[in-house]
Amino acid sequence: MTELTSIVGANRRELISFCIGEQEFCVDIMAVREIRGWTPFTPLPQTPGYIRGVINLRGAVLPVMDLAARMGLPPVQPSARSVIIVVTVSERLIGLLVDAVSDILSITDESIQPPPDVACDRVRSFVRGLFTIEGRMISQIALDRILPEIEQIAA
Amino acid sequence: MDPMESIKATFFQECEELLADLESGLLAMQAGAGDADTINAVFRAVHSVKGGGGAFGMDALVQFAHVFETLLDGVRSGGISATPELIETLLRAADVLSDHVAAARDGGSVDEARAEESIRELEHATHPEESAVTAAPALVVAEPDEFGFTVTPFSPETLLDEAPKAGAWVVTFKPASDLYRKGNETLLLLRELARLGPTTVWLDGAALPDLATLDPESAHLKWEVHLAAEVDERTVRDVFEFVEDDCDLQVRRAELSVSAPQPNVVSLAAEKPVEVPSAPEVRDAAPKVEPVKAEGAAATVTHATIRVDPERIDRLIDLVGELVINQAMLAQRVIESGLPASSTVATGLEDLESLTRQIQDSVMAIRAQPVKSVFQRMPRLVREVAAQTGKSVRLVTEGESTEVDKTVVERLGDPITHMIRNAIDHGLESPEDRVAAGKPREGVVRLAALHRGGRIVIEVQDDGGGINRKRVLAIAIEKGLIAADAQLSDEETDNLIFLPGFSTASAVSDISGRGVGMDVVRRSVQALGGRISIASRPGKGSTFTLSLPLTLAVLDGMVVDVAGHTLVVPLTAIVESLRPKPVDVRRLGPQGAVLSVRDTFVPVIDVASILGFREEPLSPCDGVVILVESEDGGRAALTADSIHGQRQVVIKSLEANYRQVDGIAAATILGDGRVALILDVDAVIGMRRRDASRDYQPPLAIAG
Repeated sequence: MTELTSIVGANRRELISFCIGEQEFCVDIMAVREIRGWTPFTPLPQTPGYIRGVINLRGAVLPVMDLAARMGLPPVQPSARSVIIVVTVSERLIGLLVDAVSDILSITDESIQPPPDVACDRVRSFVRGLFTIEGRMISQIALDRILPEIEQIAA
Repeated sequence: MDPMESIKATFFQECEELLADLESGLLAMQAGAGDADTINAVFRAVHSVKGGGGAFGMDALVQFAHVFETLLDGVRSGGISATPELIETLLRAADVLSDHVAAARDGGSVDEARAEESIRELEHATHPEESAVTAAPALVVAEPDEFGFTVTPFSPETLLDEAPKAGAWVVTFKPASDLYRKGNETLLLLRELARLGPTTVWLDGAALPDLATLDPESAHLKWEVHLAAEVDERTVRDVFEFVEDDCDLQVRRAELSVSAPQPNVVSLAAEKPVEVPSAPEVRDAAPKVEPVKAEGAAATVTHATIRVDPERIDRLIDLVGELVINQAMLAQRVIESGLPASSTVATGLEDLESLTRQIQDSVMAIRAQPVKSVFQRMPRLVREVAAQTGKSVRLVTEGESTEVDKTVVERLGDPITHMIRNAIDHGLESPEDRVAAGKPREGVVRLAALHRGGRIVIEVQDDGGGINRKRVLAIAIEKGLIAADAQLSDEETDNLIFLPGFSTASAVSDISGRGVGMDVVRRSVQALGGRISIASRPGKGSTFTLSLPLTLAVLDGMVVDVAGHTLVVPLTAIVESLRPKPVDVRRLGPQGAVLSVRDTFVPVIDVASILGFREEPLSPCDGVVILVESEDGGRAALTADSIHGQRQVVIKSLEANYRQVDGIAAATILGDGRVALILDVDAVIGMRRRDASRDYQPPLAIAG
């Protein structure tokens, strides 16, 4: 029990990290519902480019967001290694298309630093914090902020 | 769940039904149905609400229901005549009663002043000769007889002579067969009674048939019990609390001298019959209760229904939806495998398809509900709005039993409420204006539901002044919604009221001017896949017509391919599909084209380019043209690359995880497991119109 407490303590959290191009990002594991392999999307009309389309998630229609395109990076080129991370954001399910899932990390809140001031607005709004692990820099995605458009319309 | 809580929940569910019965009964009386059945049903509803409320200790509710019931009992016995004024009073009391129920359920409070006022009205109607102020204490002094209706006038002297609790009781008890079916036992009841005091019990077997004709499962016996106990009537009745609906029960004060009616005496408490001291009969109204009891029992027998948690049905519908998708997938696999259509697998699959369809229809039928539940809420709304606006309004409803899926019923309430508020507030004139215009003082609002072409149509019609087109135009121009020199047809003018930011009430009234206009109604209706339209005749009134799909769960559609994307076009919108000849397609303007269909010209819309799937529109001759008709009757020719076929699809919401997409009604899952989008035909036509006006605007702007 002591070991478990030390891993998931009050100030420790588990994160799933993944790659987009050269950069590494992560999301809180509590938000992740499942991870799926790539399946063909049905494109939606009248939709921003970073929404790649919708897929069938066991009978539900799941929108898939290209996280790279959302953050202004070159869009993900879907391949056999591409995965869709299904996350819950304010009671909605959304799929995040990423190049590959790399790791499950356990870190303390103290080791997360806020993104530096010099970073551009988009990075500052979508990245909750930065931390390094084994020499790699990983950015934690602020899931509640990557869907501003959906939220506004739903409101 | 706490068992008490779940019983309470059931009680409130029943209350809703009872209150609905109450209201419809009263309305029937208002419409002239003064027969005993209706009055009894009304009485029973109030009585049952009171009974249940008493069991849960809802004092305010019980107190109010008691006064209400007392008056109804008077009406039932014919002592009080059901005048229109009285029915108005009763309807208001029904509203207060439902407020009481709501307060008990949701923990809120009742508008005290309104409740008091209603109690005064009821008491005054019950005792017109007495003033309410003196009547109230007299009732309190009298023993708390919950069924009593004071027929015999009594004087305070008799009350003083007679201690309220003292005396003896004669209990006549005739169980109905149902009492035994529900596992009750007469002996236990009699023993319970004996616990209150010494009893003498007579068995009356007169009704017992010959052995040959005896139905052993029916009840034939009747008991008469003389109870010499210093208890009040309620205590005696409490013994029978759980069986009172299943027996004929009479509790009355013993006569001065008791004579044993039957020789076969069963002395339960091993005591002699007690000579009862003089007990002047102050009030003896109890026997009146019995006919209702009997009917109550009969009513429960005829209604063989079950209550099911709606979540279970929703789950079933989801599963059947999955079944339909899987069946379609399987059918596709069979076709892909190249089995001949005559093979046993293919024919078996056809049977499966028909079965699946039947299961789906049956499951949907379980969930179908009459629109009555929504319509029932409207009379109260009409009364309240009429009172607020000072108008005299009669609501006429038609087609209450029209059935539609639960998902639709639930979402009908708001638009109908809004349309009715609107009809009374804006549509109907004031009584004075009506009289001046040679119309009856009382305005009529008609609310009707009917099935038409696979959809449910709701009409809200008023016989008011119709839409004041001049004012509508003036307001639209003032608010900058249309250009000052715009030439609009009458129909277009009427439809301006659906524009966002439009409100014709010159004074923003409390009723419809809540910043929520008809545009909100239109949008909420469109979100359901429905349409709303208006027809108005000056001086005669307006009709709002709301048309909605019967279900939000499945849809018959044509599966088409546009620019490599699979789309589903709802079958209800399709008139026909055709391959046009080049001579039938005419260019019109820089981008547009029209198709000549039997000498009428229909605008051509390329679905793929309007949705942004393709830059250059497809020539209608290179593909297939689907002639569609929008809700407002406008036609359009949609071009698609090819048609795959017709099938029933399960509607999946896009909004659940994403948001509404212009031109797309919803999504579905096809046989191959992929998501296909369902086209919103009306929205596509609307998008085309907007596109067309956008194309046309820049030169105007430069010129201006």
